[in-house]
Parts: sequence; structure tokens; C-alpha cells
Amino acid sequence: MFAGQPLAPRHEQTISRFGLRSLLPEEVEVIAGPGCPVCVTPTVALDRAVELALRGVIVTAFGDLMMVPATRMSLLEAKARGGDVRVVYSVSDAVEVARRNPDREVVFVSVGFETTAPTTASELLRGVPENFSVMCYHRLIPPAMELLLGIGDIHIDGFICPGHVAAIIGVKAFRIFAEAYKMPTTIAGFEPNDVLLAILMLLRQLRDGEAMCENEYSRVVREEGNLKAQQFIDEVYDIATADWRGIGRIPQSGLTLKKEFEDFDAEKRYEFTSMKHVDINPGCNCHLVMIGKIYPPECRLFGKVCTPQKPYGPCMVSSEGTCRIYYKYGERPKL
Amino acid sequence: MDMCLGVPAKVLEIRGEKALVDFGGVTREAFITLLDDVKIGDYVMIHTGYAIEKLKPEEAEEILKMLEEVNKS
Ligand code: SF4
Repeated sequence: MFAGQPLAPRHEQTISRFGLRSLLPEEVEVIAGPGCPVCVTPTVALDRAVELALRGVIVTAFGDLMMVPATRMSLLEAKARGGDVRVVYSVSDAVEVARRNPDREVVFVSVGFETTAPTTASELLRGVPENFSVMCYHRLIPPAMELLLGIGDIHIDGFICPGHVAAIIGVKAFRIFAEAYKMPTTIAGFEPNDVLLAILMLLRQLRDGEAMCENEYSRVVREEGNLKAQQFIDEVYDIATADWRGIGRIPQSGLTLKKEFEDFDAEKRYEFTSMKHVDINPGCNCHLVMIGKIYPPECRLFGKVCTPQKPYGPCMVSSEGTCRIYYKYGERPKL
Repeated sequence: MDMCLGVPAKVLEIRGEKALVDFGGVTREAFITLLDDVKIGDYVMIHTGYAIEKLKPEEAEEILKMLEEVNKS
């Protein structure tokens, strides 16, 4: 059997939306990995954002975060209770909110992988108003892939790596998986043809007993990646051990603001009530879904207790959450 | 968060640190601070309001054509 792991939810979306699994031979299994930024954001980030919103701070966040269940309530519930929570499309919108409200404090919940991290870095380097600060919860993809390889009972024969992350960090950042771990690896775009071609590339490598890092997405991704964006990341963040919701602590997998930027670090600026942060509610199987150990319908709550309208676990919220994708597109029967 | 990703946008106008881009008929502004020398007519990939990489023009046009066909069917 071949199990390829696409790490980007966008790949999973493409696979489900176009019913690509039904086109593949039965021996080929494609499982989604932990690439949904909203799903892996630890509850502590949301709990603190909720607390700030209820204390009168303007909290800005990507729309995907709004309904994600947290320990006490989601950001959307905080808004319903009078908190000033605003959806933004990009970090620059959040900075704009701060400029327009000089007498208020504004916090941006900065989540996402290597693709989003340089956008926040770019704003901090350009200069942000004093009433603006960031909750920095960026995560890095390659360390999560290394973790997956260490989980003994998940069988992976190849990786399909997210093209947008590779656009920033380059093909070079993924070579280690072929070279050191001998794992066939492809970097793929998000169109159906991209994903099918990536799977074909992996199957050919397996047939020939090879392990290479191939770039299916060469129209965007370069060997070196986007050096300017990488430089922004280096200038603004330190790499640190970080918690991933449902997955746990992964060494060197997160970005924290460097000392020079600590004035804009919301977690240094504000005090928070100490409380227990619950990442996975009893009965939710997101931790297993995220590492590809089970498919969403194997969760007993799927589609019954847990739906996009009333999500119980983080994977049911974002359009990039595996449970949400399965709920929306279902799975077509195998041919 | 990945809205618009996968769809190449064509640069119509440069406005300082931003560019006016066209996603197959829909125009919007995107920051170009993460790229060096973006020019009018370039195709870029946008992620959360920022251009993250340039595309080779022939390939961008090919994808746009392909997407059009997918959308038609
Ligand atoms: S269906 Fe809901 S409860 Fe079950 S794993 Fe997915 S998000 Fe968690």
C-alpha cells in the first residue's frame, strides 16, 4: 500500500472537492496532515484573545479563527457578549484598525505557517503604531513533518508538501526528507492536476526505489524560495519549541518575537488570568485526524454533535480543517 | 486564510508598497513588500493580502486558461 500525506489542507480540499480519491487505485491512500493553521493554534492563544476582547481591547483575527472552540468561549461568542472582535483579511488591515483608533488598544492574533509569518514581520519592520501588538503563534511545517515520521504506527510512503509554504522557504527546506529520511517528497500546487501529478511523481519514485525531493509546483516555487521573505522572518522572529493544538509540543517548530520587538508582543504587554486551557474537548478526535491516523467520519461526533454550524472541535471550523472538508464534500465511493 | 491562493493575479498598477491586482476580473490591492521589483504586467501569487511570489507569465496564462475550463465544466 502507498500512503501519501498531503500536508496542506488546500490539497485535501482539492482532493475531496474533485473526488480525486475515486480516481486513484485502491492501493493508494491519501491522508491529510497537520497543515491547517487554525486547527493547530493552541487554545491558550484563543483564551487570551477572548480575555482581552472582554476587557475592552480590540481583537483582530482572521475570519477562520472566529468560531474555533476555546476553553471558555470562542471569539465569536466573546463578540456576542460585547467584546470588540474584528475580522481582518490581512495583518495590514489590523494595523489600519490601530491607526484609526489611536485611543484604543488593538491586538492582532497572528497565526499561520511560513507563508503568513513574513506578512506580520513586514508590518513590524515597516513600523506599527504604539497601540498595536501581536499575539505571535506562527508555526513551522518541516518540524511537524519530522514529528510525523517519528510516530511509529502511522504508515507514510511519501509526502506532498504545501506549495505556498515552499514558495517562501524553498525546495531546499524539504530536501532533508528525501535525503536524510529517504522519504519520496513532492512539492505541489493546489489544482487537481497539481495534486494528481504530485501523486504520480511519488508513485514513480516508489516504483523505482528512489527518494527524491521533486518540485511539481515549479511555476511558483524556487530552490531558494523567497529570500526577502526569509530575511524578514529571520529579522523579526526567533525559532522556539511550540505547542500545537491536539498534537503537543514540537521542538523548534514555532516563531516568537525577537527581543527588539517585545514592545509589540501582546503577551508581554498584558497580564492574563491563569487558567487551564483545554485543547481537545472530551470525545473530539481532532488529535487523531490531524496526524492522519483516522478519517473524520471515524469520529463518533462527526456530522451529529459536531457540524460547521456548531463545531465541537477545531478541525470542523476552518475551510482548511479536515473534518470541515469531509463534511462539505463527503467522500466519493472508490471505483 | 488561503483565500485567492492558487489563482495568479496580474499586476495592474503599482501604488507604493501596494499594487492593484486583477484576479480574473476582480481587482483588489495587495502588498508587494515581500517581493523585489514587481512590475506592471507581472503575475503574482497572493496570500492573506500579500504577494508572496512571482510566476512565469506563460505559465500564469496557462493556469488561468485551465481554471476557466474547470469553472465552465
Ligand atoms: S468531527 Fe468534530 S469532534 Fe470529531 S474530530 Fe472532527 S472536529 Fe473533532
